[in-house]
Amino acid sequence: MVSRTFTFTRRKFLATSAATSAALASSAVFAPAVRAAAKLLKLGFVSPQTGPLAAFAEADNYNLGLVRDTLKGGLKIGSTTYNVEIVVKDSQSNPNRAAEVAKDLIVKDEVNLMLVASTPETTNPVSTQCEIEGVPCVSTAAPWQPYFIGRQANPGDAKTWKPFENTFHFFWGLEDVIAAYTNMWGQVSTNKSVGGLFPNDGDGNAWGDKMVGFPPVLDKLGYKLADPGRYQDLTDDFSAQIAAFKQAQAEIITGVVIPPDFTTFWNQANQKGFRPKVASIGKAILFPVALDALGKAGNNLSCEVWWSPAFPFKSSLSGVSSADLAKGYTTATGKPWTQPIGFAHALFEVAADVLKRSADPTDPKANVASIAATNLETIVGPVKFGSDALPPFARKNISKTPIVGGQWRLGADGKYQIVIVDNQTAPNIPTGGKMEVIT
Amino acid sequence: MTAIFDTILQGVLLGGLYALFAAGLALIFGVMRLVNLAHGDLIVLAAYLILLIANALHLGIILSFLIALPLMFAAGYVLQAGLLNRVIGNDILVPLLTTFGLSIILQNAMLTGFSADSRRLTTDGIETASLPLFNGMAIGIMPLLTFAAAVGVIVALNQLFYRTALGRAFRAVSDDPVTARLMGIDDKQLFAIAMGVALTVCTIAALFLGLRANFDPTIGPGRLIFAFEAVIIGGLGSLWGTLAGGVILGVAQTIGASINPEWQLLAGHLAFLVVLAVAPRGLFPRAVD
Repeated sequence: MVSRTFTFTRRKFLATSAATSAALASSAVFAPAVRAAAKLLKLGFVSPQTGPLAAFAEADNYNLGLVRDTLKGGLKIGSTTYNVEIVVKDSQSNPNRAAEVAKDLIVKDEVNLMLVASTPETTNPVSTQCEIEGVPCVSTAAPWQPYFIGRQANPGDAKTWKPFENTFHFFWGLEDVIAAYTNMWGQVSTNKSVGGLFPNDGDGNAWGDKMVGFPPVLDKLGYKLADPGRYQDLTDDFSAQIAAFKQAQAEIITGVVIPPDFTTFWNQANQKGFRPKVASIGKAILFPVALDALGKAGNNLSCEVWWSPAFPFKSSLSGVSSADLAKGYTTATGKPWTQPIGFAHALFEVAADVLKRSADPTDPKANVASIAATNLETIVGPVKFGSDALPPFARKNISKTPIVGGQWRLGADGKYQIVIVDNQTAPNIPTGGKMEVIT
Repeated sequence: MTAIFDTILQGVLLGGLYALFAAGLALIFGVMRLVNLAHGDLIVLAAYLILLIANALHLGIILSFLIALPLMFAAGYVLQAGLLNRVIGNDILVPLLTTFGLSIILQNAMLTGFSADSRRLTTDGIETASLPLFNGMAIGIMPLLTFAAAVGVIVALNQLFYRTALGRAFRAVSDDPVTARLMGIDDKQLFAIAMGVALTVCTIAALFLGLRANFDPTIGPGRLIFAFEAVIIGGLGSLWGTLAGGVILGVAQTIGASINPEWQLLAGHLAFLVVLAVAPRGLFPRAVD
């Protein structure tokens, strides 16, 4: 009878289970030795994947896929191969939530290195947690002034500003945007009358600041600025500003405007017959979808370019060029490339490089020393701390990446392309054309 | 002089947009005493629906909008019959919290479905077209159409309320639901129809919101506050009052901005507070409760 062979007696059962538990016990004893062959390094990554800032983090999943693929076989540091695990957390575009997930990553996941990207609302709370807990942290995609000054005990008093121990940042600063804009304006002949659209938010107040923003630089270069004052984001009517710009006969418009507000402004300006020669706008026209939303009225609008497929740099992780990274993103997602793609990629380049050079990648102190000594050619340009292009107080923690001026052109296929029109700020990035006036 | 006239004119036209946002809210509150905190998100949802139809069927915006109207009516009916009717009752807090939760769910569902990209409804240049007036002044076609649509919606809703049997039933349920039920009116079904009509109005608001500026999944609540203020300035339940409330808000904002752009939104909120202080029940309160 077949069934009999499967019948367990009580005695047989005891014998088998004893053997099984012995086997289980022994495997438990040997397990740590097996795991020691491939040690684990943990990277924490925080970005705003949902909420109002989500456009900045749109390419994160694509980049994470690439990086996880590259690091699949582990990271060889010295004679040891480490498995690298990236723990991803969503800040939900909320600074409090960002601080909370950072704490989780530090305490529960015990990450060896923290990475954080996109806007001061994300980088600052995470970096501050890392500074307190002594965890090495690298951040990007936020201008350095709000990152550095915004985290000081007294942002109003420059004398009290101190460098940070554990937290480092690479991106550009306000002075670079101002230079890129004014260089572009220098290419076309205007009456040098500028209208400023500065909202009452972190960016708007910094750009319009009489000490560190646009006003002093424009004054020095001989431009006349008409600044009607700080307005609230999500304003539905810009007739007051348009009237002020008309009165000042402004031929140049600049500012840092959120996308819906710029559309409202630009349509209303057109309705009221106000047509400047140049419009250099931060934030609103960063992403190609915003240009599509403007329709034909978006041609020849200009903005700063911090990364584009035309940048002559390649990834230190995979060797892929800027053009191929952008193309890969478009192929994978069906969406046009955006500027944050390069920076999300560069962040992981820096992370891998830091761990590789670290004396002991599991030791926070060694990792901090390794970050400070970074000298890496990334897909967004060189990352190296201690440059004299920065004021002395910020040199230790900040590395500046190149930025140029670009203009959106409507192609024959009805799609917008950004063309780099001024590279005086970074001559190694090739231009694709000359600045044109809006017609 | 021209400048002052222009400021007021722009304010009145802006008021049309606010009244359009507010009309659906006023309707819902008038019929079932429900404060719909998801109203702004439903407008954004309607805007995405128009965009989705336009992209999927390669139709123009206006045609897509016409297709979206009955779809949103159906969505409103189902939303009320399937969800909100279950929570509506003596306690005003439960439906309020339900719509608050609905607002959060809608925002995140739209974020997952449509991504965080800022989108817009575009036509062939009507957004930037304008009519020249005297003294070099110009008036945008789009704001003018928005105002006309607001007036049209309010006239139509008034006709519905005061000239039809359905409107009589709406008013009966609004005044005294228990007696209305005794007269054989099915209040739950009426509520579902009212929500359907409200979402149809939302779709009209969505068309003008999408043509005027960009929208993204998180923009809804920001639009809700002006709608609320317009409803309350006008007096709860009064449709013409809602238009008046929108215009008062719009004019207060443009006048505030012409003094200093920092005062634009503040001036609107101040006008709201002044009205509340002078006439706590709004300018044209309809219901006595």
